[in-house]
Parts: sequence; structure tokens; C-alpha cells
Amino acid sequence: MLPAASTVAGAMLHEAVAGPLLANLGITLARVVAAFTVAMVFGTALGIAMGVWRRLDLALDSWVTVLLNLPALVVIVLMYVWFGLNEWAAIAAVALNKLPSTAVTLREGARALDRGLEEMAESFRMGRWARLRHVVLPQLAPYLFAAARSGLAIIWKIVLVVELLGRSNGVGFQIESYFQLFDVTGILAYTLAFILVVQAIEWVLLQPLERRANRWRR
Amino acid sequence: MSAPAILEVDITRKSFAGRDGAAQLVLEDLRFRLAPREIVAVVGPSGCGKTTLLRLIDGLDHDFTGRIVWHATDRPRIGTVFQEPRLLPWRTVRQNLTLVAAGRDALADELLHALGLWPFRDAYPPQISLGMARRAAIARAFAIDPDLVLLDEPFVSLDPTMTERGRDVLLDAWRRRPTAALIVTHDMDDAAALADRVLLLSANPARIVADVAIPPDQRRAGPEAAHVLAQSLRQARAAETRPGGAISGSSGRR
Repeated sequence: MLPAASTVAGAMLHEAVAGPLLANLGITLARVVAAFTVAMVFGTALGIAMGVWRRLDLALDSWVTVLLNLPALVVIVLMYVWFGLNEWAAIAAVALNKLPSTAVTLREGARALDRGLEEMAESFRMGRWARLRHVVLPQLAPYLFAAARSGLAIIWKIVLVVELLGRSNGVGFQIESYFQLFDVTGILAYTLAFILVVQAIEWVLLQPLERRANRWRR
Repeated sequence: MSAPAILEVDITRKSFAGRDGAAQLVLEDLRFRLAPREIVAVVGPSGCGKTTLLRLIDGLDHDFTGRIVWHATDRPRIGTVFQEPRLLPWRTVRQNLTLVAAGRDALADELLHALGLWPFRDAYPPQISLGMARRAAIARAFAIDPDLVLLDEPFVSLDPTMTERGRDVLLDAWRRRPTAALIVTHDMDDAAALADRVLLLSANPARIVADVAIPPDQRRAGPEAAHVLAQSLRQARAAETRPGGAISGSSGRR
């Protein structure tokens, strides 16, 4: 039922050297990056806009809630039905699953923006870009990191489902192949490889960025 | 005032919507001029609308009847010192100055040296004391080479020693970059220690009840002289308000 850890690690190394693991990992990672970028950029913009403009918030709030609660599977199937089994539909399906939670997180951030600092920036006639960069974004940093962390965790899981349902490559596709063969070792080898990649992103990218953003806190 | 004014303030009315929806009049018939390099203190009881006056002059609020006219410049540079320092906590002390100084980095550095902030230039605001942060806020206001500096109760919640140091710091900056300055305060000693001219305000709505020019030989003459001067200003205010009792609330210090 459950192969030894050494067996899984061995299978992973073998797949990496002699099999298609690295290629599949690369393809899946590219989809994760694309969907993550789309979801973060649009979710952040939408969230800030909703946090700042009450009217927009009222108009879109129910839609965000609907999207937030729509099962990932439904979004994926609908995107494939409407736009075909292609890369765009796959990435859009993943991004749409993450976008509303990013928007909700960033909306809270935008609501908590410091009015006093905003007024200071206005009083000193800081430009729009300078305000965004030096006044607004640093305040939103904790919310951005929270959204990025949970986003990464959710997105790579959904990318696997998207691949399983409608793509002919990637980690999700491989896992499905192993599923047909009931090859638990193969399934775990791919899972382990991807967990290592996500962990590496956390260590190499997110944590150093967060330390940099937080260095002013004593 | 014989010197040409840099700024003319003529606020006929400024009101806010009250809780019951009725307009609540905050400022009425406030008229004064400010000469270049002149320090004017506006003294009134807490909550009388002094901060609102600064917001109008700063252009943060345009909803009032009357006019605010700038002479000699269309786009005045206004350096504001808020009640709280309002420094960006995620930028160093020096960055807080250079961010608004628009290329005047040398001026920013000069002010950091002059106000004793140079050793702390790379510290972040949460790592320095409140007194230091207020000093940095004063330096920031002067770092834009301002046409006018607005100060909103700049020394509130500091102990007497720190308040005195704060006044010295402000005068240091001002002597280095003499500019028109408007200080609103409830503290008569602030006004007496810093100003060329003192406008005494009534409460609800705020009107000017007296416009007192400080004799040149008594201006910025040190803490003892300021204390004596503050006493006579208090008497002037009492005399102005005795018949109608226009000033309500207490603005006496400590």
C-alpha cells in the first residue's frame, strides 16, 4: 500500500534522470507560474479597487462570493467546455479558482490602509506611482504574502486536476497514467518532486522577499 | 503688515455635516495674510477647527466658502508637520526626507545634520523615539524647500523639556531655511516662543478675536521671555473675550 520513502526517492531520481519527470515538472511549473501571475495581478487590482471604492464593492461582492464558493471542478469543466481543451482554458480555469480569494484578502488590506499616511502623501504632493510604491504597497505587503502563500498552495493542486482532466502532459497527466496502473510509487515520486519544488520556491523566493519587506519592523 | 503677503486667507464659512444632518459651522470670517519668512501662531481651544484651517490651506479640503490666494507662486510647496509624525515606517529616516524632497538630497542631508538626526539617518522610524520622529517630521517639512510650513500642534504629548527642545529644533530649521510658517496650537507658550504674530481664536465657530504682533525685541527671545510673553497674551485673550465670553473651553497649559 505504502512504499518505503527510499523506494519513492529512488523512483523519483530514476524518473528525473531517465524518465520524463523534469520535462513534466517544467510544464506544470510553467502553468503554475502563469496561473499564479494572472490570479495575483488581477485579484490584487480587483481587491484594492473594491477596498477603496465602496460602490464597486457593493456591485461585485456577491459575484466574488459566488466565485469563491464555486467548486474548482465546475470551473475547470466549464472552461474546457466553453473554450476547448487548450492551454488558455487550463490556465484561465486555475487562475479563476484563485482570483476571488486574492481579491478578498487584498480588499481587507485596502480597507486597512492608513488615512494619515495617505493624507501625508497628498500634502507633500507625492506622485501617483510614488504613492503606490512607497505608501500603499508596503502596507499591503503582509496581505500580498498571505495571498501568495495560500495561492501557491491552492494553484499547484488545481493545476494537477486541470492536467488530469484535459492536458496530455505535466505532473497531473503523469499521475493519472500511474493511477491507471495503480502504481503508488510512481504517484508518490511525482508528488514528492513537486513538493520539493514548491518548498524551494518558499525558501528561495517568498521567505527572502518577506524578510526584505519586514526589515523595518523592530 | 507692510511686507507683501505670500498668502491671503479669507475663509467666510466652513462647515461640516453634523450627526443630525444639519450643517455645523466650524470656521467663520477668518481673514489674515502671511508675509514671507513670517511665523504666525494660531491659538485656540482644542477642537475649535484649527486642524481644519490647516487642511484648507494645504488643499486637502476644498469644500468651503471664501478664498485662499497665493502670491508669487502658482504651485506653492507646502511642508506640513502633522500632530503625529506620520513618517513612513518602512523607509529610513533619510529616505523619508529624500522621498518628498524631489532631488534636494543635499538639503535633506544638511537638515539631518543640523537637527541632530544624521546618526539615525539609516534607522527606521519604529526604531527611534517619538521626540526624534517629530524632529524628523520637522526636517521633512523643510526638506522640500517650502514656500510655507504648516505645523499642527507639533509638540503635543511631549514633556516640557522635550517641548523646549522641539521648539529649538524648529527654530534651527527655520533659521537655516527662513520661510513663512503657520503654527496652530492650544499652547500659548508655543506661540510666545516661536511667533512674530499671534492670532487668537474663539471656539464654535472659530473666529479671530485678536491679532497680536509680538514686538521685534521680544520675538524668539528664549524660554523665560516666552513664558512672560505668554502670560500677557493670555491676559490679552481674557480682555478680548470678557464681554461676550466668546472663548469657551480652557487653553491654559499645565
